[in-house]
Amino acid sequence: MFFGRRELLVLAAGFSLACSKSAPAEADKASPNAAPVSSQAAPVALNGAGATFPNPLYSKWNAEYNKQFPNIRINYQSIGSGGGIRQIIAGTVDFGATDAPMKDDESKQAPGKLFHIPTTIGAVVLTYNVPELTSALKLSPEVLADIYLGKIKKWNDPKIVADNADAKLPAKDIGISYRTDGSGTTNVFTDYLSAVSPEWKDKVGAGKSVKWPAGLGAKGNEGVTGQVKTTPYTIGYTERAYATQNQLPMAELKNKAGKFIAPTTAAMSAAAEGVEMPPELYVSLVNSAAEAAYPITGYTYLLVYADAKDPAKGEAIAKYLWWGLHDGQKFAEGLDYAPLPTKVVALVESRLKELSASGKKLL
Amino acid sequence: MNLGSATYWRRHLIDRVVRWLCVLGTLVALVPLASVLYYVVVRGVGGLNLEFFTELPKPVGESGGGMGNAVVGTLKLVGLACLFGIPPGILAGVYLAEFGHSQFARLVRFSADVMSGVPSITVGLFVYSLVVVTTKHFSALAGGIALAILMLPMVTRTTEELLKLVPESLREAALGLGVPKWRATLRIMLRTAAPGIAVGIMLAVARVAGETAPLLFTAFNNRFWSSGVDEPTASLSVNIYTNAVSPYEDWHRQAWAAALVLLLTVLVLNVSARFLVRNRVRVR
Amino acid sequence: MTVRSDVSLSRPRSKLQLALGREANLGDLAFRRITALFAGAMIVLLVWMAVEMAMASKLSFAAFGLGFITSTDWDPVREQFGGLPFVFGTIVSSLVALLIAVPISLGIAIYLSELAHPRLRTPMGFLVELLAAVPSVVYGLWGVFALAPWLRETVEPLLAKTLGFLPFFQGPQRGFGMLAGGIILAIMITPTISSVSREVMRAVPAALREGAIGLGATRWEVVRVAVLPYAKSGLVGATILGLGRALGETMAITMVIGNRAEISASLFAPSYTMASVIANEFTEATGQLYLSALAEVGLLLFAVTVVLNIFARLLVWRVGKLPEGGQL
Repeated sequence: MFFGRRELLVLAAGFSLACSKSAPAEADKASPNAAPVSSQAAPVALNGAGATFPNPLYSKWNAEYNKQFPNIRINYQSIGSGGGIRQIIAGTVDFGATDAPMKDDESKQAPGKLFHIPTTIGAVVLTYNVPELTSALKLSPEVLADIYLGKIKKWNDPKIVADNADAKLPAKDIGISYRTDGSGTTNVFTDYLSAVSPEWKDKVGAGKSVKWPAGLGAKGNEGVTGQVKTTPYTIGYTERAYATQNQLPMAELKNKAGKFIAPTTAAMSAAAEGVEMPPELYVSLVNSAAEAAYPITGYTYLLVYADAKDPAKGEAIAKYLWWGLHDGQKFAEGLDYAPLPTKVVALVESRLKELSASGKKLL
Repeated sequence: MNLGSATYWRRHLIDRVVRWLCVLGTLVALVPLASVLYYVVVRGVGGLNLEFFTELPKPVGESGGGMGNAVVGTLKLVGLACLFGIPPGILAGVYLAEFGHSQFARLVRFSADVMSGVPSITVGLFVYSLVVVTTKHFSALAGGIALAILMLPMVTRTTEELLKLVPESLREAALGLGVPKWRATLRIMLRTAAPGIAVGIMLAVARVAGETAPLLFTAFNNRFWSSGVDEPTASLSVNIYTNAVSPYEDWHRQAWAAALVLLLTVLVLNVSARFLVRNRVRVR
Repeated sequence: MTVRSDVSLSRPRSKLQLALGREANLGDLAFRRITALFAGAMIVLLVWMAVEMAMASKLSFAAFGLGFITSTDWDPVREQFGGLPFVFGTIVSSLVALLIAVPISLGIAIYLSELAHPRLRTPMGFLVELLAAVPSVVYGLWGVFALAPWLRETVEPLLAKTLGFLPFFQGPQRGFGMLAGGIILAIMITPTISSVSREVMRAVPAALREGAIGLGATRWEVVRVAVLPYAKSGLVGATILGLGRALGETMAITMVIGNRAEISASLFAPSYTMASVIANEFTEATGQLYLSALAEVGLLLFAVTVVLNIFARLLVWRVGKLPEGGQL
């Protein structure tokens, strides 16, 4: 009526082209070195969301998995552990991811039984932007808690200087960065602070989202790292991969055994070795007693329904998790995570074998 | 007013000062515009290459890759918004122009005006509970619906205003020839007003293409190409947001490039719209 | 002549004619009904939005009642939710924006409607309106990388040095905070206020202006004596429309305001607005009460912007018409 028929036809054609299902062609474009190994011909698209903590690892996993199996696309969005839990309960994603194990009242809300599948071990590091510091900052647990409580306000406070005798600490205000979103990283960090500081435990407590006494909020591990990187004299807590990928310094923390430990893969594995994994497959690793352990370490988990509604998706997820448990572990160290201990791998294997779709076992 | 010569110079001075203040105010307001344009162009141009438009984002921390999926995503979302927002908007606008004197019509006009001022994030919340929760997944469809709701009041009001500008003599001539009223309105009045309405739609599209908040809970995001309308989809605006607050230099570069693409699109639409109406609407 | 009461003066109507009512044929009736349906959809959508949000906030309202608006305790761990910090952040950032934007917008409106050379009017007016065309997220991006560092390095230290005795300019200078939020909002609402003000000033009858000129007034005096008093209520309406826009702004302000639910007197301190808390926490809120509290914040925002919008438009209609297309 208003445009000619020709124009309408062109518009319609262009629009339907954009909306058309074009998965196989695009997947090929995205992975030019695709090895033609695919067990399933039908394309499967999986959606997952959750923790920003393991995002560097998962995004590597998903790219590698897509190269091996071009018909399977796994879209992971890092929106925070709280988001992962919420979306898997609502059923808007196929799997969730969290560093904070689900609480009882959260589990009750889910329409089916959810499994926690540990995928890797990460460390929460304290990263900072103080140009005057040439070597790593050393922090004791009480000092760290006091900084985040807002009691220690300047970088050259005597308590900080006490641990860092040969560092030139400036007389500037400490800018504190924390997470505004529901975060498993926050959970691990506040879990640690509650363990080492009774005042923190009393005033603030532990959780995915707490009422921070001081500081500036940012979204995701990405946001906190971004804030530390761009604003001088800021300190923030973030997952190790984010600090190293952005060439940011990491503080050495005094662990339970009294030693100042830097966050290395060995230190993270040491923390995990000292803690027994219970049958639920989730446990806290903070403030580990082991001699060489880094004190703020934690497992991260993928959340999947024990019984999948869609058999094709259920099988795809089960196979992906199996791959992650074995092949995926070799990417962990390169991306600043620690691989799962062998004992844990065995436990997870038997859990994965319990996954089913409409009753039928998948693996 | 005191017209004595001493006060004359004082009044003249005040007049001068105020005039310069007004000019200054205008220039001050234009400084951020210049700054934004400068930053977006200078920092975005480097990131614009073929890779940007055709490739997918690389894994976190690796450099390279592009936002091809976001470009297609934005086009898809805007297309869906037009599909759901333009026909109802035009029809509603026609109603208001033709039968617009009743209490009901006044209420409709009022609702449209109020809706154009509603924060876009509340529209996102609304579509989330309406579409995402019921279909149990995020989708481009939900995002398109949210954007359509934002477009609706603009399209309606534009259609109404422009239809009213068409001279009645055209309609009367058609009626005199025996054309039924509905046909006269659609075929003749609407067709005459169509170019102006198209311009209004261009402006509505420009506004909606840059929206971010309502897409956060509806279209969500996607690291791959999204097929069809049933999957979550990346979009330029959401990607700018996620990339801007990240720590990776490469992501920042891509955010600026995306901002450049978005800004250019919006500016081109706005400038063309202005250019096309310059002969129709009285210049202020 | 007597009127007989037993004779009907109107022609007998067939069933079809009665059904059609005022319309001449079926096509016209269908046309009227269908367009009315879509027009009615506008009202339905608005009401539905309000109802949907009210229902989602029921839980929170039941738990906290009116104390929600007065409590400052936003603690998801302990499930205590108080909306006051967000209300404070929203209002103060909008007020700062108005403080900056209103004088400038008024200046622009006066310049463009009264003082500018006719040839300059269109291009300058167009440039000002381009400010409104820039998407919010692009402003946010610019704010993060251009505005905040500039504030942190240049403006805030200057303000602290000169006006530091005032509580508004004390505290750590991070660049991100209330001041950054206020400035970005000011930039975004300036085109709204100035274009509505221009329309309002244009609606002032020429006779009033000419009368003042005839009496020997200078350009400014014409504005002061003839235009402004007549347009006063319309200008207030324009300001309120700008305020409404500022209140609902989400992306740009989320990226620069610091996202901290705290009430502080200092402009350098971080803050949190209603729209920002929803954008940041909605997809991740676990727990029905948390979700409901966020929905209640959304409802508050919706209600406040609707009321302001209505009020503003009433004021503006008293003087002149709004710009075409209703897009503001």
